[in-house]
Amino acid sequence: MEYEAVIGLETHVQLKTKSKMWCGCANEFGAPPNTNVCPVCLGLPGVLPVANEEGLRLTVLTGYLLNCSIPSFAKFDRKNYFYPDAPKNYQITQYDKPSTAHGFVDFEFAGGMSRVRITRAHLEEDVGKNFHFARNSGVDFNRAGVPLLEIVSEPDLTSSDMAYTYLNALKDILIYGGISDCDMEKGMVRCDVNVSVRPVGQKELGAKIEIKNMNSFSGVRRALDYEIPRQIAVVKAGGKLSQETRRWDDVGGITELMRSKEQAHDYRYFPEPDLMPFEPTAAWLEEVSRRVVELPLARKQRFMTAYGLPAPDAETFVNDVPLADYFEQVTATAKNPKAVANWVINNLRAKLTETGTPLAEVKIKPADLPDLVALVDGGKISSKIAQDVFAEMFATGEAPAAIVEKKGLAQVSDTGAIEKLCDEVIAANPKSAEDFRAGKGAALNFLKGQVMKLSKGKANPGLVGEILERKLQS
Amino acid sequence: MLNQLTIAELTAQLSRKEVSAREATQACLDQIGRIDSQLHAFLSLDAHDALAQADAVDRAIAGGANATAQPLLGVPIGIKDVLAVKGAPLNCSSKILGKYVSPYDATVIEKLRAAGAVVFGRLNMDEFAMGSSTENSAFGTTRNPWDLSRIPGGSSGGSAAAVAADECVATLGSDTGGSIRQPAALCGCVGLKPTYGRVSRYGLVAFASSLDQIGPFTKDVRDSATLLEVISGIDHRDSTSLPQPVPHYRNALTGDIKGLRIGLPKEYMIGGLDPEVNSAVQAAVKQLQSLGAEIVEISLPHTDYAVATYYIVATAEASANLARFDGIRYGQRVDADDPLALYSKTRGAGFGDEVKRRIILGTYVLSSGYYDAYYLRAQKVRTLIRQDFLKAFEKVDVIVTPTTPTAAFKIGEKSDDPLQMYLSDIFTISCNLAGISGISLPCGFTSNPRLPIGLQLLGQPFGEETLLRVAQAYEQSTGWHKERPPFSAAGK
Ligand SMILES: [Zn+2]
Repeated sequence: MEYEAVIGLETHVQLKTKSKMWCGCANEFGAPPNTNVCPVCLGLPGVLPVANEEGLRLTVLTGYLLNCSIPSFAKFDRKNYFYPDAPKNYQITQYDKPSTAHGFVDFEFAGGMSRVRITRAHLEEDVGKNFHFARNSGVDFNRAGVPLLEIVSEPDLTSSDMAYTYLNALKDILIYGGISDCDMEKGMVRCDVNVSVRPVGQKELGAKIEIKNMNSFSGVRRALDYEIPRQIAVVKAGGKLSQETRRWDDVGGITELMRSKEQAHDYRYFPEPDLMPFEPTAAWLEEVSRRVVELPLARKQRFMTAYGLPAPDAETFVNDVPLADYFEQVTATAKNPKAVANWVINNLRAKLTETGTPLAEVKIKPADLPDLVALVDGGKISSKIAQDVFAEMFATGEAPAAIVEKKGLAQVSDTGAIEKLCDEVIAANPKSAEDFRAGKGAALNFLKGQVMKLSKGKANPGLVGEILERKLQS
Repeated sequence: MLNQLTIAELTAQLSRKEVSAREATQACLDQIGRIDSQLHAFLSLDAHDALAQADAVDRAIAGGANATAQPLLGVPIGIKDVLAVKGAPLNCSSKILGKYVSPYDATVIEKLRAAGAVVFGRLNMDEFAMGSSTENSAFGTTRNPWDLSRIPGGSSGGSAAAVAADECVATLGSDTGGSIRQPAALCGCVGLKPTYGRVSRYGLVAFASSLDQIGPFTKDVRDSATLLEVISGIDHRDSTSLPQPVPHYRNALTGDIKGLRIGLPKEYMIGGLDPEVNSAVQAAVKQLQSLGAEIVEISLPHTDYAVATYYIVATAEASANLARFDGIRYGQRVDADDPLALYSKTRGAGFGDEVKRRIILGTYVLSSGYYDAYYLRAQKVRTLIRQDFLKAFEKVDVIVTPTTPTAAFKIGEKSDDPLQMYLSDIFTISCNLAGISGISLPCGFTSNPRLPIGLQLLGQPFGEETLLRVAQAYEQSTGWHKERPPFSAAGK
């Protein structure tokens, strides 16, 4: 019997706000322990939470980006459990009335398009971080109270690769929308997995097993690559799986039992009495919706169709939004956007890195790159000369035509002049001319190079080739 | 004696420069020194700091400060041990907080300071405001100044006793199910529970967040209006505080209640009501009628469910609110090898029996499988109770009831019977569940022993002006508020 995996993901993402969710402390990674703290995020006696408006906005914005509906009524709840990293020993979260629900993420997978439905994305608070020393333990509460979005997917994923691809697509969307920097190294994204197996064709789901403690997307993939065969083996051997939570051991590459269903926490959720329900007005939603951006996939498809770019170029622009914005700005008037894209991706980007120039300080004027392309396309300069012109444009901000004019770089397409140069080169290199006539095609390239050199690169290379060939064969 | 004055009297004398703020504060400290070893209203106080604040006020008055701009200028005000005062101990009358000192001021404390008050002392209470007698304090019971063998009420017993015994000119307390009004009634002073959302809860250690409000204890209704005006208003640090403008409450005290309709709920005439309390309240009703008010019988049909509803909602919220007292970040810790053992030992040693009882109850009603039957149902009943009141307020301006079924009981009389203790809040609890305003003021005495009886007036949400107007008209026409306990008045 064949088995298939059914996978759902719970992805926790830190929101990119200036301050924490319930207090004014900085939402910042890497500060010395317990320096970004105050009475509120330390849970001192008598304090109250006050919702960070930007946290609410980013939550709803995420809802829009993930095609969710935004309920007119949402509220916060307390999730009760004792742990030293939780300053209040309850976490403020959204239990039964989340701020967003019922969306989906489309992404490219296995040569086609896949869709994972999003159950909900709800807002909660991050907890502190425990540290264990030789003789005691400590807690750093800098992270406590940082706004955290939990994005819950439906069990629409069927393989570890698909889960991995979905996570990356989700991450791209969140970075795109300015929701989160999604820096895994800084713990800005964390992920829990729910996975079960069932015989192919069976409708009912198998026992849901949760896996925790993966600290990277590849960790998720590895955990699934371990867990799915493990579950199938258990079932095939006639064993029975039951609902439980397992811990991923990244070093050992295995999952191990953390707690069984019987040991599951009773979180005793109830509405948070310190916060009012969240009932966004139409005007507020309208303001947030104005921050909706084009998603990576849509952008890629648009760059391919609107500008005729090949997929790798379009992807480059998906991954480098400022460069893409620059490209769109300069190519507005271009007849050949594909060539402009080449200049931006291959030449401009290299120059920026080489010189350490920020994109915003580029001196080249918007219309100048298309002009440069037009000079090449119109045969005014060779693509080799164009490189020099580009370097000059980058250095001075001068228009390409002016540079060509000033430096006398215009391509020589005057047949008479080129014929003269060709004659000179053939006369000076009788051996090569003979080789060509004897059938060594490579000799033509050498001669061509000599003509170009003599013309200081200005001769029209196409014409040079034609004329040389004609003269040698005559 | 300056400590016996009301806020109005003291600020008048201060502004005429007849007395100094230092003298007023010293008078309170002297009274405390004279009687508090017997009364035990105060857990602690910093006399040096109080006098330093008073001196600062005297300098301000010399520099032109006045009570018009700062209505509490030079007024010594004691604080219940549940409110955060920067640099002062904050224990909530519990062992669990150990040597904890608050690093910040509650919003009401900031407002008192801005109004010129001398903020001092930590007033005794039932541990974490859970109780009706102050017997649940981990630091000993406060006595009723009218009879030292009796309880002062609770949970704000220290705040009530301190005002009644002239140890302070006024105090602040908190009211979750009657914790201001009940001790005010039993000690013979004026206690006001504002509408939920009227006063910021920032800096009030939460017992039940959806029920808690901070309010004043004063010697008369005018002072109550003065103090309410100072502490009210929306606060950006409390999302549940409401933006209604703060009126000049003292301007509402016109003495004229002609034509006002006063409701008498028939459900409040219960079997357990003490006959002397009943007759005092009946007399008060007649008095209000003689002042021109119209008495209307009303019905609050869900009254019977209030106590049960309250003990579900309040304990559920408390079970989460008190979770933070775990010995990890502050307070008294009992060390252990793992976090769970540390929590158990710390909380086992730090909390008293009543607090543990309520945490267990609250944990139970929120547990999976019981939530719908208890917590969810209680929330629905709570809505019905609020609707009862809103419907009644379509017919009447103010509702009148006894504050408590009996006068102050003996220390130890009910401490072994939590249910009997819970019933002493039967008249005050609905007000918190409904989120409306309420006040208790003296309306007579029992005969033997002579113990104060409280009259409770309940007002509409944000109806404090009418509430205070009726209360003050009654008070000025009777004079019960001028009575002082012989214990504290003696030995001048
Ligand atoms: Zn903070």
